[in-house]
Amino acid sequence: MKTTALSQVHEALGAKMVPFAGYLMPVSYEGVNIEHKTVRNAVGVFDVSHMGEFLIEGPKALDLIQMVSSNDASKLTVGKAQYSCLPNETGGIVDDLIIYRVKEDTYLLVVNASNIEKDWDHISRYNEEIGATMRDLSESYSLLAIQGPKAVEAMQSLSSVDLSAIKFYNFVVGDFAGIPHVIISATGYTGSGGFEIYCKNDEVHQVWERVLQAGADYGIKPIGLAARDTLRLEMGYCLYGNDIDDTTSPFEAGLGWITKFSKDFVNSESLAKAKEEGPSNKLIGFEMDERGIPRQGYDIADMEGNRIGRVTSGTMSPSLEKGIGLGYVKTSAADPGNKIYIQIRNKAVQATVVKPPFYK
Amino acid sequence: MNIPSELKYTKDHEWVKIEGDVATVGITDFAQGELGDIVYVEVETLDETLDKDEVFGTVEAVKTVSDLFLPLSGEIIEFNEALEDEPEQVNSDPYGSGWMIRIKISDPSEAEDLLNDAAYKELIGA
Repeated sequence: MKTTALSQVHEALGAKMVPFAGYLMPVSYEGVNIEHKTVRNAVGVFDVSHMGEFLIEGPKALDLIQMVSSNDASKLTVGKAQYSCLPNETGGIVDDLIIYRVKEDTYLLVVNASNIEKDWDHISRYNEEIGATMRDLSESYSLLAIQGPKAVEAMQSLSSVDLSAIKFYNFVVGDFAGIPHVIISATGYTGSGGFEIYCKNDEVHQVWERVLQAGADYGIKPIGLAARDTLRLEMGYCLYGNDIDDTTSPFEAGLGWITKFSKDFVNSESLAKAKEEGPSNKLIGFEMDERGIPRQGYDIADMEGNRIGRVTSGTMSPSLEKGIGLGYVKTSAADPGNKIYIQIRNKAVQATVVKPPFYK
Repeated sequence: MNIPSELKYTKDHEWVKIEGDVATVGITDFAQGELGDIVYVEVETLDETLDKDEVFGTVEAVKTVSDLFLPLSGEIIEFNEALEDEPEQVNSDPYGSGWMIRIKISDPSEAEDLLNDAAYKELIGA
């Protein structure tokens, strides 16, 4: 089992540690509800150092990224980040990721921990002909997400960079918590604002300590993976392995907006055709009308009891205090307002299709 | 870890308090801690007579769902309806206001198979 540089710190804080994507990670400290609300109302800090980081460099870097990713990375200027996915050859998704243009010919790819090896092999295969320089930094870099409406104000004393001036999906390489060159990125997976800090493993203890000190007056708390999941689900953000995987197409998953046919890329020809035809299933958000909590793998039925799909993510929403979920259903049943039925144990419980985010 | 000595326990992390032919059942402090924030306790077996180890309900935390197993054969004669509105009482007071059901015991000899506090403590490595 791998650990992050902060594993012992989490254990000392009393975190419940669980294996996740091959890493021992903090799932919660005080409790998922209070951690969730801390991020929605104030500020929280997550250790998400299990995420993978690849550096793609050299004159061929953009060529490689354009080949393997679905979004148009030529639109990136230095200091901008982009959400994208890696399509596979059979219509599905290898992974979703964020691409940062760090320098003119240097890009940072941030991928899911569970997919580090798969992504590396996939990208390397296409790089054989292209010849960019690839480096896997996953083992030596840490990532802290500082998220919440008070994140900017609470962290400003730690940096000479004007944090409030960093726009969403932009980043700055600057000083933070006494470390001269870290990536300060206005990104996150919570929908509550804030930023993410990329630094080296031997720097992350200092960053973590100072973040907690600087945030103390703002009620900062460490936040575990359980709240990370409820926060992202309230926003309707996809989780790889649940809502998207090797078999789901970007169009089914509602990721058409990051699939740009302004360039050729892996499987782009057949994806263009798939776009034209329209998907037969769609990823939808839904809210429970009655008491009940949807869970991954539960069946979705229509009013007559015919199975029309499956739940891919579900939880009790701490903000809405009702069951919410994502799932695939036949396109004919995917319109907002449509009534569907979630098979919870021996009962079909009514739910309504809604367009995420659930939390506004 | 709170493991009261006057209660009996099961391997499924339930506690049982026997008074005459009625047993009160809940989940242990250890169980509520492992589950995390409990958001729903569903018991739809009220007035039913079930065998030991049958599922009598479900407890849902934010992240997980767990079946509840009947520790002793008998009739489910009462459900703690306060949990419908305040399931978090299972977290805050698992042996008190967080109790779940009362059973009318049909075979008192089954109680001999329940664990005492020392055996339960050993089971969870406390």
